[in-house]
Amino acid sequence: MTFPILPEQASDIAEQTDNLYWGLLCLSAAVCLVVFIPMIYFLIKYRDGKPADRTPRHLPEYKIEITWTVIPMLIFMCFYEWGARHYFIIERPPPDAMEIDVVGKQWMWKIQHPEGNREINELHVPVGRMVKLNMTSQDVIHSFYLPEFRIKQDVVPGRYTTEWFEARRPSSYHLFCSEFCGTSHSHMIGRVIVMTPTDYENWLTKGQPGSTLVQSGERLFRELGCSGCHMGNSVVRAPPLEGVFGKPVPLNDREVVAADEGYIRDSILFPGKQIVAGYTNDMPSFSGKVSEEELLQLIAYIKNLGSQSPPEKP
Amino acid sequence: MANPSVAVAEQFDDMPQQLEASTLGMWTFLATEILFFGALFLSYIIYRHTYVHAFAEAARHTKILHGSINTGLLMTSSLTMSLAIHAAQKGRQRPLLGFLLLTIFLGCCFLGVKGLEYKSDIDDHLVPGQHFTRNIPVQGQLFWYLYWMMTGVHSLHLAVGIGVLAFIAWRAGRQKYSAYYHNPVLISGLYWHFVDVIWVWLYSLFYLVNRY
Amino acid sequence: MNATLPQTITPEIPRPPQRLLTYLEEGGHTLGSWLLTTDHKRIGVLYLYSILFFFTIAAIAAAMMRMELITPPGDMVTSETYNKLFTIHGTTMVWFFLIPSIPSVLGNFVVPLMIGARDLAFPRLNLLSWYLFNLGGLLAVYSIAVGGVDTGWTFYEPYSSAFSNTHVVTMVAGVFVAGFSSILTGLNFIVSIHKLRAPGMTWFKLPLFLWSTYATSVILVMATPVLAMTLVLVAAERIWGVGIFDPKLGGDPVLFQHLFWFYSHPAVYIMILPGMGVVSELITCFSRKPIFGYHFVAFSSVAIALIGFFVWGHHMFVSSQSVYAGLVFSILSYLVAVPSAIKVFNWTLTLYRGRIHLDTPMLYALGFIGLFTIGGLTGLFLAALGFDVHVTDTYFVVAHFHYIMVGGMVTGFLGGLHYWWPKITGRLYPENLGRLAALIIFIGFNVTFFPQYVVGYLGMPRRYHAYAPEFQVYNVMSSAGASVLGVGYVLPLIYLIWSLKHGKKAPANPWKATGLEWQTPSPPPKHNFAQTPIVTQPPYQYSPEIEEELVHG
Repeated sequence: MTFPILPEQASDIAEQTDNLYWGLLCLSAAVCLVVFIPMIYFLIKYRDGKPADRTPRHLPEYKIEITWTVIPMLIFMCFYEWGARHYFIIERPPPDAMEIDVVGKQWMWKIQHPEGNREINELHVPVGRMVKLNMTSQDVIHSFYLPEFRIKQDVVPGRYTTEWFEARRPSSYHLFCSEFCGTSHSHMIGRVIVMTPTDYENWLTKGQPGSTLVQSGERLFRELGCSGCHMGNSVVRAPPLEGVFGKPVPLNDREVVAADEGYIRDSILFPGKQIVAGYTNDMPSFSGKVSEEELLQLIAYIKNLGSQSPPEKP
Repeated sequence: MANPSVAVAEQFDDMPQQLEASTLGMWTFLATEILFFGALFLSYIIYRHTYVHAFAEAARHTKILHGSINTGLLMTSSLTMSLAIHAAQKGRQRPLLGFLLLTIFLGCCFLGVKGLEYKSDIDDHLVPGQHFTRNIPVQGQLFWYLYWMMTGVHSLHLAVGIGVLAFIAWRAGRQKYSAYYHNPVLISGLYWHFVDVIWVWLYSLFYLVNRY
Repeated sequence: MNATLPQTITPEIPRPPQRLLTYLEEGGHTLGSWLLTTDHKRIGVLYLYSILFFFTIAAIAAAMMRMELITPPGDMVTSETYNKLFTIHGTTMVWFFLIPSIPSVLGNFVVPLMIGARDLAFPRLNLLSWYLFNLGGLLAVYSIAVGGVDTGWTFYEPYSSAFSNTHVVTMVAGVFVAGFSSILTGLNFIVSIHKLRAPGMTWFKLPLFLWSTYATSVILVMATPVLAMTLVLVAAERIWGVGIFDPKLGGDPVLFQHLFWFYSHPAVYIMILPGMGVVSELITCFSRKPIFGYHFVAFSSVAIALIGFFVWGHHMFVSSQSVYAGLVFSILSYLVAVPSAIKVFNWTLTLYRGRIHLDTPMLYALGFIGLFTIGGLTGLFLAALGFDVHVTDTYFVVAHFHYIMVGGMVTGFLGGLHYWWPKITGRLYPENLGRLAALIIFIGFNVTFFPQYVVGYLGMPRRYHAYAPEFQVYNVMSSAGASVLGVGYVLPLIYLIWSLKHGKKAPANPWKATGLEWQTPSPPPKHNFAQTPIVTQPPYQYSPEIEEELVHG
């Protein structure tokens, strides 16, 4: 019978979380010693029936109280800083990570690679590459938990959340849903399969996807009529989309917002919510006409528009 | 001057202690009511900040006439309530009863106008859901949901207040209150004023803001 | 010999009664005299019966869960049933056992006695609050009986409104009604402590149980209404199909979490502060020493109540809440731990140069300090943002809150119950059985919940019906501990009921404690004191140098 204490450390972040764990354990052991040893000593020494010196001793109450208020507070602040610093690394995806889309639904995980490969409940990634997940839910709140990587992020309907990691070695790791989502919550599990770069390339080509994410998005862009207003000559004035992604967009109420994934999604579903400066509220809503996966494909296409990289290989 | 016909409740030592306790009790209760409504006010603030345009558009459909009449009615009723308390403090039975009945009447008028307004809102398809009017952006349904919920909860509180005042008026009719003992009138008045203050906030946030 | 007793012709001289009737006698023994009582002591006893009923339901749910979790696959009950079991366990334990336990049972009984009053400020409101509590409980039990609820006690949107097929509205209505019971109890305590103290009982002569009760009451009245409105919104969305948390309307499901946790975090302080108050009473009495740092312990209760309102976002570090909000909530969560630490240090130093009596209540108090310290330390783990990302929504959190709520609050409740048992019932419980049960509970508790820290860090998520095989060894340990814990809880049930008829009669002050509740007979007369006491001393004027015999059962 084995008694495992720590999961495997699948990444550097996992190792840093474990270091923080050891630090907190040391703090706890110290506090327990400082409290329990005197406590047990007093219980034994001053037990009724045992002769002992019980004359009241005038202790400097305020000095003691201040000391054991201030010292714990300072120690706690150290752990606060440690935890916060680690949190910022976890929550800030690096800019050049490869992006993979995740859509959670009761009770499965749907994964879309930029190359077009799709998976259910499995996420294949190459070792040593930073991977950023763009996630949303099509129904209730779920949570994408990778214990060996020590990361999780709630997956919320109506918005995009992100999570990133870099695997250290090829292996297979747990994926658990960790926000209660209904009947088969405990079965909304899967695996992250980390492969060597060569194996990963082979896996991608073997999957033989029909089209990449960008190509699917381009097809949707035409089929849904977006290109009618947003491209080429059109009677209706619509903001051009080349290079819009990631740039600031001025709105007609004098606010300026960043055109991230959420902004593009909202523009498609709730076009009246934020109107670009100098334009009118003419865009129809596509709410109910596109699925979450299709939205992600459109977003991938728009991200790719006007970017300097060469067109994707089919 | 102690009035032997009014007994102090047995857990209290004397009448001043009883009065202080019941007044503190009502203030504490009103604090809980602030938090009860507070959750809804907070939601309103958050969504208004997020959807300025949709809320402004949605707010233009509120019935300013009904709202303003109701504000006048309720604020007048707070005046009549204060006059009732004043009469009680002076031990004047008939004005006390009269002002209580007037307050109740004004409260009932408020509910009547509100009922007419609700009917009008329903006819204008301002109920969130499938039949919500297309003239307002979809986030406007959040505004209207909060309108129905907050004015509805307020009306419920007002109805309870009318019930309480009816009971107080019945007691006043049987001359149970005097200059020496009229605390129930006072603390019912506190509750009534609170309901009025909530309405003033609702009027401002739903009817006045972004109107023009 | 046949002797006919002569009839006396001496007129009967009326004699004063030998003793005042106790509250159990005066007013009668009929059901009606109990169900229509406004005596705070009887109402406390009525609450005890009620919470025992709900505890049993929640404990059965827990037993079934722990049985299922012995093996990795979900093979004992269906997923739907398991989800309902943990929901029933959570809602019933939190709202129908823990929150009322010390305040409504012990608080109702002891608060007027401790302040030297004849009753609480609003006795009829007190009775109403018991009825509201049972009405809420009835609705909750009804929702269980007709099929249960499967949302978890946290009712997260949009699952609870748009997706769950269970009796959410009825359960939520039950919690809503019971919430008013909480509010009225808190209101009663606040007004009573402000206005009904006996002459000479200044704020800094109040026993620390009253400081804790006061702080708890403030949280009860300020936080519960927010929960009430939040639950109304969930119910409305279920009934009318529209809600402000619906993303299709531009609503935010995470707003529900903010509103829910704004109440539910202070709620955990409702659930621990009274336990801390009890521990202060027990430590000082059973070490025969004035508590060290009275003012600091008193103010720490207030500080916990105040700061506790500003930490709710630590339940939401991975919810998509802003990282900057996370920074604020994390630092405040560390700060709120400081007053709790101060209490633990003060209790420990009180033992120094004391005269320690290891009676059952003291064993529970010491158990509280040990288990609460461990649970509280793991709160520091959870407050660390980067650490919480890994362990939130796992068994690590489950272990943390059970250490505080069961290892802390339930232990404190049992300690208080044993301490005031002679006062409430006029009987002494059997001391040796008391100590045995306390020991069994302590051991069973640790075996049940310590492994859950480990399996949580390994990655086992909470609310899982079936789990990965590598987690099994710790689940088996936990389930084994649960059976021991169950035995530990059944023992007091048996011997306390036994003591009602067969326990030794208790004197007015078996523990030779200071405090006004001990200056009146056990059980007290209906109006508590023959004459209103006048307070001249600060509390806890014990003297460890004097040897005293405490009275045991």
